[in-house]
Amino acid sequence: MSVSLSLMVNGAAVREDVDPRTLLVDFLRRDLGLTGTHVGCDTAQCGACTVHVDGRAIKSCNVLAVQLQGAKVTTIEGIAGPNGELHPMQAAFKECHGLQCGFCTTGMVMSAIELAQRHPKADEATIRAELEGNLCRCTGYHNIVKAVAQGSAAMAK
Amino acid sequence: MGANDMTAPLGQAVLRKEDQRYLTGTGQYTDDVAMPRQTHAYFLRSPHAHATIRAIDTSKAKDAPGVVAIFTGADLAGVNGLPCGWLITGTDGKPMNEPPHPVLAQGKVRYVGDPVALVVAETPNQAKDAAELIEVDYDVLPATVRTDDALRAGSAQIHEQAPGNRCYTWALGDRAAVDAAFAKAAHVTKLDIVNNRLVPNAIEPRAAVASYNRAEDSYTLYVANQNPHVERLLMTAFVLGLPEHKVRVIAPDVGGGFGSKIYLYPEETAMVWASKRVGRPIKWAAERSEAFLADAHGRDHDTHAELALDGDGKFLALKVSTVANMGAYLSTFASCIPTILYATLLAGQYTTPAIWCEVTAVFTNTAPVDAYRGAGRPEATYVVERIVHQAAHEMGIPQDDIRRRNFIRTFPYQTPVALNYDTGNYDATLDQAMKIADVAGFEARKAEAKKRGKLRGIGYASYIEACGLAPSNIAGALGARAGLFEAGEVRVNPTGSVTVFTGSHSHGQGHETTFSQVVAARLGIPIENVDVVHGDTGRIPFGMGTYGSRSLAVGGTAIVKALDKIVAKGRKIAAHLLEAAESDIEFKDGKFTVAGTDRSKTFGEVALTAYVPHNYPLDKLEPGLDETAFYDPTNFTYPAGTHICEVEVDPDTGQVQVVAFTASDDFGNIINPMIVAGQVHGGVAQGIGQALLEHCVYDRDTGQLLTGSLMDYALPRADDVPSFKVDTQVTPCTHNPLGAKGCGEAGAIGAPAAMMNAVMDALAPLGVTHLDMPASPHRVWQALQQARA
Repeated sequence: MSVSLSLMVNGAAVREDVDPRTLLVDFLRRDLGLTGTHVGCDTAQCGACTVHVDGRAIKSCNVLAVQLQGAKVTTIEGIAGPNGELHPMQAAFKECHGLQCGFCTTGMVMSAIELAQRHPKADEATIRAELEGNLCRCTGYHNIVKAVAQGSAAMAK
Repeated sequence: MGANDMTAPLGQAVLRKEDQRYLTGTGQYTDDVAMPRQTHAYFLRSPHAHATIRAIDTSKAKDAPGVVAIFTGADLAGVNGLPCGWLITGTDGKPMNEPPHPVLAQGKVRYVGDPVALVVAETPNQAKDAAELIEVDYDVLPATVRTDDALRAGSAQIHEQAPGNRCYTWALGDRAAVDAAFAKAAHVTKLDIVNNRLVPNAIEPRAAVASYNRAEDSYTLYVANQNPHVERLLMTAFVLGLPEHKVRVIAPDVGGGFGSKIYLYPEETAMVWASKRVGRPIKWAAERSEAFLADAHGRDHDTHAELALDGDGKFLALKVSTVANMGAYLSTFASCIPTILYATLLAGQYTTPAIWCEVTAVFTNTAPVDAYRGAGRPEATYVVERIVHQAAHEMGIPQDDIRRRNFIRTFPYQTPVALNYDTGNYDATLDQAMKIADVAGFEARKAEAKKRGKLRGIGYASYIEACGLAPSNIAGALGARAGLFEAGEVRVNPTGSVTVFTGSHSHGQGHETTFSQVVAARLGIPIENVDVVHGDTGRIPFGMGTYGSRSLAVGGTAIVKALDKIVAKGRKIAAHLLEAAESDIEFKDGKFTVAGTDRSKTFGEVALTAYVPHNYPLDKLEPGLDETAFYDPTNFTYPAGTHICEVEVDPDTGQVQVVAFTASDDFGNIINPMIVAGQVHGGVAQGIGQALLEHCVYDRDTGQLLTGSLMDYALPRADDVPSFKVDTQVTPCTHNPLGAKGCGEAGAIGAPAAMMNAVMDALAPLGVTHLDMPASPHRVWQALQQARA
């Protein structure tokens, strides 16, 4: 049994028949080939699968694709500019060396963009508290915190 | 290139080349690989810590929707077990006990998670659903779970080949000299410490895609791995008996390793074997809960240590006895971690003249234990720096002072535990750390914290590590079953751009940038003109991979040696073009110049000439400009430094907060300070994780993993750690041309001891004398209650 699903992904209309037990992250990765969204755990702890749904950062491992009927989904592949120029938050992660292996990075950037929208001038304590849903094992968070502050400032301009 | 010849862009914080693909979601990790007609694997694992398998019935599962094939241990009966890469010879002169490590369980399971069957199906869910229909008839046996239970009489025996659950008892040092020193000591400090078991938890879980090409009778394995050539060698030559040249192993983008992706694991081995039988590609990506069960764990030592001192606080001797948990089977490098990479580091930064260390490695019904970031060196540092802290406390000597009274200051220095330190300056890193940490202001901060009801403590760790494990011949004499060199190929393209093929593997370390800096500086070409290729046995000459902070010191040096050959050949070509003697040609800033003249040829012109050899000494010189070098170091490198941690403890809740962390490290010459600082940050966070949060716990009776998910096992989150203060001192390594020592593990090595010393400094005034990692609120609160009672 499959369910017909219609939604917008990175600005384009998508219509697919999906098995109802398909998680959003599997739909994005396997059906649409958007492999920038990663799976790092099975308990909604690591945040590597973070995407935006109707402007909110959510963990795509924790929602069924069929729950997203009519939604607007944005993944890491959908945030750079029309000519490929990095989003200010992506640029800040690069400039601050806020990534190493890159695996948590895409989810981290998606969380950080939403964080910046909610807290345009967040201090270090706020950034650290707000990032608690995204795990990184490489950076010790030091440069991620710097990147989020710098990226937030750039987004506010 | 001389050790101090730091030409631009060496030493510059060049932004990373690899970031573009990672930031835009266009990196390619193993789970992103999708092959036509691929099938999906699921591994049925043992739910029991120890059991005999009476029977396995796969008949229902084989009929389940989408199932392609199911394999069990019986199908792999002709396949060898997984090998261990280091043979330790015990104090009894006998080789260690090496029980078989089957790819899929053969008649018995020995830990929760031991793979029992491989199910291959059209989708991951179908494979998983079918696995639930496999009926395994287990006869459950008593389990031996804890390290301190393994040697106890009456404990369950795990392997016939390892009586008493003993893998080996091994020792290093001069016991008689140690005993004599203890007999005349003015003071002896004793300590029992547990180095807590950890789960590495790279954020990318392990994954593999195996396929068989019938036309070529060849295999391709994509695998999240740190050393694809070693993986291939072990898998083909030792386990599957396949021709090495018919197997290509590709480790594409890999999402962190920290040691856990060094090893040859059962999963990818079974998949390569099965791919020919299935005739279609097979893909597997571990779930996180599966990674907790089946990835090699780290640490897990029980240690008793004694330090003898004279009346002035000079160390006379150190005596260490350790039981190290190997888990249920010997993982690839398990045996050398608590021996070769542990006991040899027990001199630390100190002149302790006599050291003796005895290590017993034991089997338990738990997941295999192997190298995890630091691998033996964090355990050694923890022993040395905890006991030094405790001795200073007992004798009333300031913590910096006791270290200075014992620092090694003359190099090279032969330790009593086999290593020969080539260079270092331990006063410099201690001084720098104390200055950055504002040790002078600590008492004021402590008084202010006290007003808020908090106990503030400060802790030091002056660590040393040995990186770039080498040389191969000595390691071989000590039991290594592999070489410890590295290979690099520098291919100059006709238009003068360069492709570097390195046997080092990058899984976050930024090699594509650092190695490009090395090449760009040497050849005088823009960084953009250099590409670095790694992680593919089909493209790279050979490689031992990335572990033990070896990539720049060993892999980078192999590239430098290949560059030397490129420049030497380029000089010959330029001499021909310029009609000058080869000895008169100088190479600098990308130009070959006739010394003392303005006549020159650019590197690009020489490269083009090598590939379009119209005006070329074809009778004397081959065309082309492509050189390979292998580099086998003459010694380890010895990064060292001092880390200082400040904590505040809430005595009402036992909550420990790390309020400041300073690291002063000597990594030798630094190519990219931004990347080096990032490595320190990450290592320190993992070290704080070990000391504050992380603890892998199995139920003592059943052997069930109690900390089997990220909801039960506490990885550090952003608000668990502070921003770090890091800086470096430089004494260049004396025996490699880059003067580099390695920086990848230092944070994880120094931080646990620094943090626990800070906690003990905060708690000691209240009478707390002992605390093991992690310093969780529950443990700290209990220790405070006991001290008050």
